[in-house]
Amino acid sequence: MDLFIAIFTGTIIAATPLIFAALGELVVEKSGVLNLGIEGMMLMGAALAFWAVTAGYSMPVAILAGALAGAATSLLFGVLALTFLTNQYAAGLALAIFGSGVSAFLGRGFGSEPIEALHRVNIPVLSDLPLIGPMLFRFDAMVYLALVMFVAISWFLYRTKAGLVLRTIGESPQTSHAIGYPVIRIRYAAVLFGGAMAGLAGAYLSVAYTPLWVENMTAGKGWIALALVVFATWRPLRILLGAWLFGGMTILQLQGQALGLEVPSELLSALPYLATIIVLVLISRDRQMLALHFPASLAKPFRPAS
Amino acid sequence: MHPRLELRSICKRYPGVVANDDVSLSIQPGEIHAVLGENGAGKSTLMKIIYGAAQADSGEIYCDGNPIAAHNPAVSRALGIEMVYQHFALFESVSVVENIALSASSAFHLPTLAEKIRNLSMRYGMPIDPHRQVHDLSVGERQRVEIVRCLLQAPKLLILDEPTSVLTPQAVVKLFETLRQLAAEGCSIVYISHKLDEVQELCDTATVLRNGKVTGTARPKETTSLELARMMVGSKLPEMHVSPPVPSEKPVLEVNGLSVKARDHFGVDLKNVSFNVHGGEIVGLAGVSGNGQAELVALLSGERTHDRGDAIRICGIDAARLRPNERRKLGIAFVPEERLGRGAVPSHTLWENAVLTAHRFGTVRNGLVDRRKAKAFATGIIDRFKVKANGAQSIAQSLSGGNLQKFIVGREIALKPKLFLVSQPTWGVDVGASAFIRQTIIDLSRAGAAVLVVSEELDELFEICDRLLVICQGKVSAPLIRTTTDREEIGLLMTGRGMSEGASANGSGDIVLQD
Amino acid sequence: MRVAAPILATILTVVVGSIFFASLGHDPLATLYAFFVEPLSSMNGLSEWLLKASPLILIACGLAVGFRANVWNIGAEGQFTMGAIAASGVGLFWPNPESVLLLPLMFVAGMGAGMAWAAIPAFLRARMNTNEILVTLMMTYIATLFLSYLVHGPWRDPAGFNYPQTALLPAAALLQSFDPAYRLNSSIFITVAAVILMWLFTDRSFLGYKMSVSGAAPLAARYAGFRESAAVWIGLLAGGAAAGIAGMAEAAGPLGQLSPQISPGYGFAAIIVAFIGRLNAFGIVLGGLLMSLLFLGGEGVQMTLGLPSAMTRIFQGFLLFFLLAADFFIFYRVRLVRPIRDAHALETAR
Repeated sequence: MDLFIAIFTGTIIAATPLIFAALGELVVEKSGVLNLGIEGMMLMGAALAFWAVTAGYSMPVAILAGALAGAATSLLFGVLALTFLTNQYAAGLALAIFGSGVSAFLGRGFGSEPIEALHRVNIPVLSDLPLIGPMLFRFDAMVYLALVMFVAISWFLYRTKAGLVLRTIGESPQTSHAIGYPVIRIRYAAVLFGGAMAGLAGAYLSVAYTPLWVENMTAGKGWIALALVVFATWRPLRILLGAWLFGGMTILQLQGQALGLEVPSELLSALPYLATIIVLVLISRDRQMLALHFPASLAKPFRPAS
Repeated sequence: MHPRLELRSICKRYPGVVANDDVSLSIQPGEIHAVLGENGAGKSTLMKIIYGAAQADSGEIYCDGNPIAAHNPAVSRALGIEMVYQHFALFESVSVVENIALSASSAFHLPTLAEKIRNLSMRYGMPIDPHRQVHDLSVGERQRVEIVRCLLQAPKLLILDEPTSVLTPQAVVKLFETLRQLAAEGCSIVYISHKLDEVQELCDTATVLRNGKVTGTARPKETTSLELARMMVGSKLPEMHVSPPVPSEKPVLEVNGLSVKARDHFGVDLKNVSFNVHGGEIVGLAGVSGNGQAELVALLSGERTHDRGDAIRICGIDAARLRPNERRKLGIAFVPEERLGRGAVPSHTLWENAVLTAHRFGTVRNGLVDRRKAKAFATGIIDRFKVKANGAQSIAQSLSGGNLQKFIVGREIALKPKLFLVSQPTWGVDVGASAFIRQTIIDLSRAGAAVLVVSEELDELFEICDRLLVICQGKVSAPLIRTTTDREEIGLLMTGRGMSEGASANGSGDIVLQD
Repeated sequence: MRVAAPILATILTVVVGSIFFASLGHDPLATLYAFFVEPLSSMNGLSEWLLKASPLILIACGLAVGFRANVWNIGAEGQFTMGAIAASGVGLFWPNPESVLLLPLMFVAGMGAGMAWAAIPAFLRARMNTNEILVTLMMTYIATLFLSYLVHGPWRDPAGFNYPQTALLPAAALLQSFDPAYRLNSSIFITVAAVILMWLFTDRSFLGYKMSVSGAAPLAARYAGFRESAAVWIGLLAGGAAAGIAGMAEAAGPLGQLSPQISPGYGFAAIIVAFIGRLNAFGIVLGGLLMSLLFLGGEGVQMTLGLPSAMTRIFQGFLLFFLLAADFFIFYRVRLVRPIRDAHALETAR
């Protein structure tokens, strides 16, 4: 039973950074922009948040610093992709490389000591319930924040006018521009939001999950988040489910020994990447379903005609 | 009383082109005012200036006597000026009411807005369901959505840009009724068109544009078509030379019971399509856009293949399973509707674009592209078809629409086709080039080639075709002889009525155009 | 015009780099000298420069073939790794370690493994419509883990003091240096051949022409009857082959054995090289030389000034950013003053 609870809670926790990053990317892609640089933004968020903690700032400030670092990094991409109309694939790749370099540079003085991790909440009564307490009510606050973001983003996209505007810009920026919406400005907002969410994801890794600083500590999670958005066919609920699936995969790898699996640890480590490929294949075959929610202008540069 | 809208000496130039040159006009409340002119005369630019989507370089705009200083679409809407674009500003992936909510100034409450849409659309005799997804709507229905969107703002001035180019003749009648009702209620209407008969039927006044200048103002109902046409086109109208067809004995193209499911729900199913095209004749395929033309054309060209080989036969050979390059070996040549990106690679030079389909004409040897041959080939086309370009080195997208079309038509004709398939041959092409392209097509057919022309412009089809087919909801009618049919009959077929098996198959024919 | 943007980007990178150094309290001129000049001021430096440029150029040539057709293989790092693994496997376990066939066999094995690793995303994209960006990248992680498994497990050198590395390759499996004092070896000729082949393919061949049509206008390619799947296969296999050969040359050259870190990021850096080279064979040569200098300079300042090696990645990022931005200014300026087109575009757009 303890093992089950460990796997369950481990899954939820491992999924949390993916939820942040993938939801952020969802908003970006819904506006018709493809930012491949999640990995770089996450690393910047992780580095800055970790630095803030070691510099003696409080946890909330550190996490905010992570979000701001992610947003600031995404601004570089925004300028290239939105103002300079560059190839979004290339700009995103550049961001991934750049973010990994800058974060490694910043992080050279961090040392290898872990810090005190973000505290788990302790809700009176609820946290003490048998089974349900340890399963649902003893996470740190960011786990709950991720779920709140899920609800907020779903509501925003499908229940508000601003969300409608964002989605329709993703379909046809030309038409949105003709109706009179500031396409570029809205896309900038989406990119910055995506950056902040990636920053949160990174911050979660360095101050709550690990909690220490290692160069390139995201280890491909940014790319998996990107795959999750495709896997989810651009729908928030599926992102949540997908993130839990991948979280479970990660935990399987960590708990592999405890479960008595006699396989090389590298194979278990490869599981999330393998699963990403398999899931992508399964999803991509159904072109019709992809087309239904796919932002039609994704990755196409847009310049408003004067 | 002040006019509803007044333009004084509007000038607008784009680099290299003067789009509007000293244009003045004045529109009274409740007046239906035509802006008449050929493609490229500067009508669309003028409308964008009125609506504020483009800024004039000089000149003034007055609305109800007040000058408009800084102009943009938001100002227009605040003043009660609304515009229905020729290519609709609608989003496919969301519903009618969501589309309208995007441009509505009211609070974001969809149920209330949906109710308003229902009421308003009923009142003007063009019912629409606010909760349908736009990708499910026909072109005619989409236009209704656009108009209702404008009407919701209770406009004082409504601008319509070529509104009938996508409608059947019957739907046009319906639209005119609505517009007259609006004008009677005091709304001014600016009606942009190049169709004389419509302007004469509907409009009170007409301002005629040519090369960006006003060439005259007229009361169309009191002016002859000839006079209006002179103002529009200038001194002389080009004339076609059409000799009677001499069809070959055996058909060059045979389509037998071709049925295909649409790729996705944006497409149209083709249902049991059968027809023949003989050498020496031109067959036209008429129909409102989005009724299966794109699917049929892709199947004929080989861009899509079909499992049953004999569903399409070219020169007596089963061809439905063959790819485009294999079909070209059988003697097919094809001019697609989209010039840039399909018929030609925009960023490539003309000689590179010549290699695209003419790679069997000595331009490729031993797997290598022979640049000298390719350039000579392209230069030949440029000379023969009078393409205005800086030689074979020009980049395709630097050419005007008409010149690029001449190049593509020229390239395909240089393949010496036995079967020539051409889609929207003169879309967005100026008058001179249109006449040239049409004459070229006629000459090709009279030299023995089989020609299939797909076009949404009935005028064009009546001008050059020997036989006509009509496509509606993926069904193709029996052929009609051009000299014994008329627009009325074609128009009925375009709505799906009068199609022998067609109408009964799904209860009624008005899914495409509910009028 | 095509040259202006890379040059501008290089200058901007150097300028920003010196500001960056200055802000860290280093004399910018001295640092720039240490970064860009010192590495080239000795024979050994020149040898190292070409040695590192060689795989970058080789891989970038292969990748550019795909990029021209809009096939985004960003997993060259993984294909490189697999190439190195397969070639080393042959070198280590071939029954006759003195065979003259050993090197050719390793070459074939490396190329084949790189191609096989790229064939998976090619198949998935061509047949299953699966995004090759994500698949090639995931395959890179898997390749790295596979390498880690081999050197920690079955292929670990029993006499290696428990270090995660294989035994040294036999002498017949090594590419000989031109001069025992320096590491530069004959693999540079493979790169030269690849550059010429790439130029011939992209600039002169009909197949290359078809690929460029596929990339520039997919609908035109379909209209002409060029198979999209062919472009996908060729694009990915070219990159896989090049990366696999580069991996073989690295294992059989400077490394001489397998260890968990066999690539200092050649596969990713080559993407930037391909872009800086404008996807053009000779541009790639210059881009590769520049990128190689960045690697050397990064190592140089790490040793002499104690700056972290992450500098290299920061410079790479800057270089690509500036290149993309410079493109905009040069390209769109030109486009804005080119008349006719815009007006016509406007007319036809409405």
